[in-house]
Amino acid sequence: MAIGVYLTFRILDIADMTAEGSFPLGAAITAHQIVSGTNPIVATLLGFLGGCAAGFVSGFLHTKLKIPALLTGILTLTGLYSVNLFVMGKANVSLVGDFKTVLTLLPITDQTVAAIVIGAIVLVVVIFILVFFFNTEMGLAARAVGDNEQMSLANGISTDNMKMVVYMISNGLIALSGSLMAQINGYADSSMGIGTLVIALAAIIIAEVVIHHVSFGVRLLTIIGGAIIYRFIIAAVLWLGVDPNSLRLFYSLMLAVFLSLPLFQKKIKQRERRHQNVLNNSVRKEDQSND
Amino acid sequence: MTNILEIRDLHQYFERGTVNENHALTGINLNLAAGDFVSVIGGNGAGKSTLLNSVAGSLPIDTGHILINNIDVTYQSVEKRAKLIGRVFQDPKMGTAPLLTVEENLALALRRGEWRNFWSSGVKRRDRKLFQERLATLGLGLENRLTTDIGLLSGGQRQAITLLMATLKNPALLLLDEHTAALDPKTSAIVMQLTDQLVNELNLTTLMITHNMADAIKYGNRLIMLDHGKIVVDIAGADKKKLSVTDLLNMFKENSGQEMNDDAVLLS
Repeated sequence: MAIGVYLTFRILDIADMTAEGSFPLGAAITAHQIVSGTNPIVATLLGFLGGCAAGFVSGFLHTKLKIPALLTGILTLTGLYSVNLFVMGKANVSLVGDFKTVLTLLPITDQTVAAIVIGAIVLVVVIFILVFFFNTEMGLAARAVGDNEQMSLANGISTDNMKMVVYMISNGLIALSGSLMAQINGYADSSMGIGTLVIALAAIIIAEVVIHHVSFGVRLLTIIGGAIIYRFIIAAVLWLGVDPNSLRLFYSLMLAVFLSLPLFQKKIKQRERRHQNVLNNSVRKEDQSND
Repeated sequence: MTNILEIRDLHQYFERGTVNENHALTGINLNLAAGDFVSVIGGNGAGKSTLLNSVAGSLPIDTGHILINNIDVTYQSVEKRAKLIGRVFQDPKMGTAPLLTVEENLALALRRGEWRNFWSSGVKRRDRKLFQERLATLGLGLENRLTTDIGLLSGGQRQAITLLMATLKNPALLLLDEHTAALDPKTSAIVMQLTDQLVNELNLTTLMITHNMADAIKYGNRLIMLDHGKIVVDIAGADKKKLSVTDLLNMFKENSGQEMNDDAVLLS
């Protein structure tokens, strides 16, 4: 999830709200397909493609119709809410019971272990493909678009098309994580996307605050680390006896704190330098008075 | 002789139909033959940048036509025209992608006007050699810094690389928009020298806006002066070589009826 969000957030410099719609979309498509008896791998891939389609819609609205990115996300997100209900036919679909999911494909009986194994396999594959793609001719062009749009145009890159490609990959991955989440939790729910963007952004920011200046591939790995740290923090908050109902308030507060961290780091450094400066100055004065 | 660039009766308006209407270009007719290196001068608001942006495609065209290599590009998008045009901006930050490395930026320029695939590596091994050779000609030691992020380089270095990127594919037309104006005098001189060298080596047809009268006289085989959206002076060949800065300032006064209002021009 966080990796998907990272693509639009950092490569295109857009915090894309579509995420909150494509996450349950992936879940809804996969759940519906599994209940209808489709092979779980196919069902998961269909979830991914559904996300790509959602990304295409957002990308189209943003690039071709020039609607601001924030509004685009809200539009698609709202529309997807209905789409998700259509797909599932009701507000939630349960996968508990005899249904085959990607987890039951493995010869592991312990569902938690199976979830970790599947998660790890998917992550490795996704990161490998992404690192490969963003170093190809087209991938370079996509990165350049987010970095310097003027320069991209001057070098003959169709910025609109590149943005759409990133939108599609990004939302496809978010839907993929929604699809996996539905299979791990055993249900898909039309409201499961709420608050996910904030969680993903938090994971990214934690990763960037803890370790800065790394290459693209390493950054993707650190984001996973960021997500895990984030989970620990939430677990700690719950363990301290905070009411689960106020959890989303904590999500927001925490993200605000993490977003402002780089500023505080800078401020603290500046203060240290100023302190050092004043100190040096007074030492010099003392020297002079001694003379 | 065929024209590389042909501009026919080009008009540009800003805020057309409002009280703030500004008729920025009032009928430009200009033909550039192959290998022409034209400096464009003129006061603030004369329409120099508007002209260049119209040719590059960043400004949609109201009336008139623009042909490059006898292809009508009047209604082509910037990225489509980029196939024919190399461009260097005034702001050194604008011509390169700061988070990408030197070789990645050059690789992007190498695919200009071509389809970019999603299976082969963006920076190819065989291209690296070419990049190193070309960077070495700059004499800035950049050939050993292929994997440095461009954002870490100085403005002059970035501008030199942008120049290299703009000329890497031998464009039909090279557009330079005061590309040395944001650099310090020494770097500015180096970049100007490089420009001249590249343009001559590759025999590029070039349109260069400059604020520096001395550069406008020293470089190129033709000089045009814009005023109020019109070409008021067009000197080429031997006549141009005889020009002095004072001549230019006098011409400017004659044509616009006022002193050159630009400090940058007077100081240079």
